[in-house]
Amino acid sequence: MPGAIIELEQVTRTFPRAQRPALAALTASIRPGIVTGLVGPDGAGKTTLMRLLAGLLVPTAGKTTVTGLDPVHDGTRLRQIIGYMPQKFGLYEDLSVIENLTLHADLRGVVGAERTETFQRLLGFTGLDPFQTRLAGKLSGGMKQKLGLACALLGHPQILLLDEPGVGVDPISRRELWQMVRDLVTRGLTVLWSTAYLDEAELCQQVLLLNEGQLLFAGDPAELRGRLEDRCLQVRQITGSRRALLARAVRRPEVLDGVIQGHSVRLVMRAGTSPPSAGDLQAGPGAQVVPVKPRFEDAFMDLLGGGPGGESALAQHLEERPASQETVVEAKNLTRKFGSFTAADQISFAVRRGEVFGLLGPNGAGKSTTFRMLCGLLAPTSGSAQVMGIDLKASPGRARQRLGYMAQKFSLYGSLSVRQNLQFFSGVYGLRQAGQRDAIERMVQAFKFEPLLGMNAEALPLGFKQRLALACAVMHEPDILFLDEPTSGVDPASRREFWMHINGLVAKGITIVVTTHFMEEAEYCDRLALVSRGKVIAAGTPDELKDQAASPGLPEPTMEDAFISLVQRQPGEGRP
Amino acid sequence: MRLRDRLRRLLALSHKESLQIVRDPSSQLIALVLPILLLFIFGFGINLDTARLRVGLVLEDTSPEARLFAASLFGSPYLDVRAGTSRPDMERELVAGRVRGFIVVPSDFAAHLKSAGEPAPLLVITDGAEPNTATFVENYFRNAWDHWQQQRASNQAKPGGPLVRLEPRFWYNPAAESRNYLIPGSITIIMTVIGALLTSLVIAREWERGTMEALLASPVTRGELLLSKLLPYYALGMLSLLICVAVAVFLLNVPFRGSLFALLLAGTLFMGSGLGLGLLLSTATRNQFNAAMAALNAGFLPALILSGFIYEIRSMPVVIRALTHLVPARYFVTIMQTLFQAGTIWPVLLHAMLYLVLASIFFLGLTVLKTRRRLE
Repeated sequence: MPGAIIELEQVTRTFPRAQRPALAALTASIRPGIVTGLVGPDGAGKTTLMRLLAGLLVPTAGKTTVTGLDPVHDGTRLRQIIGYMPQKFGLYEDLSVIENLTLHADLRGVVGAERTETFQRLLGFTGLDPFQTRLAGKLSGGMKQKLGLACALLGHPQILLLDEPGVGVDPISRRELWQMVRDLVTRGLTVLWSTAYLDEAELCQQVLLLNEGQLLFAGDPAELRGRLEDRCLQVRQITGSRRALLARAVRRPEVLDGVIQGHSVRLVMRAGTSPPSAGDLQAGPGAQVVPVKPRFEDAFMDLLGGGPGGESALAQHLEERPASQETVVEAKNLTRKFGSFTAADQISFAVRRGEVFGLLGPNGAGKSTTFRMLCGLLAPTSGSAQVMGIDLKASPGRARQRLGYMAQKFSLYGSLSVRQNLQFFSGVYGLRQAGQRDAIERMVQAFKFEPLLGMNAEALPLGFKQRLALACAVMHEPDILFLDEPTSGVDPASRREFWMHINGLVAKGITIVVTTHFMEEAEYCDRLALVSRGKVIAAGTPDELKDQAASPGLPEPTMEDAFISLVQRQPGEGRP
Repeated sequence: MRLRDRLRRLLALSHKESLQIVRDPSSQLIALVLPILLLFIFGFGINLDTARLRVGLVLEDTSPEARLFAASLFGSPYLDVRAGTSRPDMERELVAGRVRGFIVVPSDFAAHLKSAGEPAPLLVITDGAEPNTATFVENYFRNAWDHWQQQRASNQAKPGGPLVRLEPRFWYNPAAESRNYLIPGSITIIMTVIGALLTSLVIAREWERGTMEALLASPVTRGELLLSKLLPYYALGMLSLLICVAVAVFLLNVPFRGSLFALLLAGTLFMGSGLGLGLLLSTATRNQFNAAMAALNAGFLPALILSGFIYEIRSMPVVIRALTHLVPARYFVTIMQTLFQAGTIWPVLLHAMLYLVLASIFFLGLTVLKTRRRLE
């Protein structure tokens, strides 16, 4: 393509012992002077592509050209014009802000008067000026990200490669970073921004949508969204269970995809079909079917060919728990300190039976700490946690029998096979002999593990890891299921399948407590607590929280808008 | 690429590394506290001079001569003698480990003594499971016997005692104090720990924390990267060496007879091989835990076992003895023991230094080959 700054021709990269190429015959070109999004779930090949462009990896086949240079042979010249921020920002945590900057300035030959001027500009630009002597390890995620960006900007790069800059950063900082990047682009910089958050794709002028090493789409995200014009709708004012309605809806042949959005259900229709009426969906007398604007995620699902239709085989055999309104999980002023740092500060909430309760907040907000206290894995400094009326401080073992826990990053035993993982976890939860065999058999059936039983867990694709982790957590049929960042980084199809199972479990009266930093995922919850810096700053249903943030300028705020506006309403919450 | 750019980058990276050393408490612990702790353990805790060996005595003869000999044993400052009456009893004591060995004065002891020309038979039984101790027991009994005979001869004031008498003189370490050769050896261990263990962590740490990726995307060259790791840790190692020698000489009163120049030269060469090993391991493993494990096995343990620091190389089987030539610590132990006990004896030093040069070239060269300017 004429005028392209980066050209990719049939670029393939394979790694030894990997089942599929990390990048398969990728052909695309990237225009200068805009933000190009490298979008896709974990394992899509985003980081591999970034590293190929930075000359840190060599392609197995194909050709990359960056400003006319070959990253493999012209590495030295290329490094002069590329600014690269790796994942986790590549900072020295035991050096201060100014020491990190000085190091990179020395490495890139920014000296003398130019250095003074550049430092002043970058420190002002990133708002790090007052924190020059603070150690990088003591910065918040958002500030680390800005420092990483400042280091990558030293030495006049023409191209900025940012590898997942949005991970581990609160929504406010994320917005600020986007603002900075737009600012840079207007000055002529080319930015490549990789992300697993599909909503960030909408902010880019051009996207490369990747999935499992394949390029699904390259071009303007608006064009991709445009394909779904008039195919997206929302069912509002539903009477009865919206989860049951979703299950009914996605079984219809004309429905491509469906998700829960607060009190409503969002549906995407297949091309050329007419939408069902509220009556078709048995949505109740007052229900309305309203057309809505397509999102990038809808388009991604369209490219993947739709979500999983049907019912959760996992929930089918389960006995229905008697419905009741009793409180099954209760946190009372839960506080946990690590040294002088208060990770969880006076956290209180109550979860009723059969409810999906979410703790929403950015990484480092204190969600996982709260979670571990609820599961009896961490003793609170003060306050109490009760599960099914059992105090976790007094008898954590008894309480744990009643709950299932799915840890972050799916803590499976990587060197054990799928079968061995199932055997181990069922054994840990006290299943023996015939009971254990039956439980494992049910999981194998429900998740279609049969062909994978002998495979080591670490070799599984991410989506299957997630399924296996869920299987391990529910084998002993717990009353309460704790899910810590259950769908972080997985593709939207796997996320839908996961929630299909969870919705099935909820229909049988199982209580779900879930943490997430995905604003989208919060929509699946019945009620939410927003966590920021160790404190619950707001609680309510997703719609209630969104309504609180609504304003004439923003009549239909997203969950992220709601979060940001609620955080900013906190006293003393000017700037970090 | 201009030299000034190179120099500035090298200095910037070395400065960064030094800041990290200064701010990392574990580096200081390994480089400064651990050496002094080890020195004191080797200086006071470990003592190869066995004091008061517990031995048995079976007195089958009750003649005055036999009693006199027994009395001389009881009078020895090195032996803790318990007397028994029968050999089987004492054998049981030996098997139970309550005595390290025993001596039997047979019933015909006095008779043999009186008949000139025929030596008096004494039976010495030692616990061969611990050969070092067994040799000590044997030697102490022999000394005690010689001593008693001399006394007897002079008491009786009659000529005909032994015509030739051994007057042992230990050169270089006249008092034969084990501390004097253990301390130089333990400095070798300390230098190995600093060189290999501490350095093995640093490149692996950069890989783990993702900072290596940021460095590789900058204009840094491979040589600058490696040198910036070598220089600060070299300085740290030499500082530690000087502290160790100072502690040994001034606090532990171990004599140092060599020259400071030779010490610094040998230290530099040995650090070269140690740093090379450490960097090689962390470059190869890219993981702090694995790098540290590998450094312990490839650096620390051979230095402890195969360097001749504690176990004499000459008493090792041929295969193992050949293996010790691959352990740079072996040559540094030789150098340090020479410098401490004998002085600056260049022929010995140069021979050992040559090996250290070869080892440094080997490990550093391999590190350079293994270090890539890419992530793979």
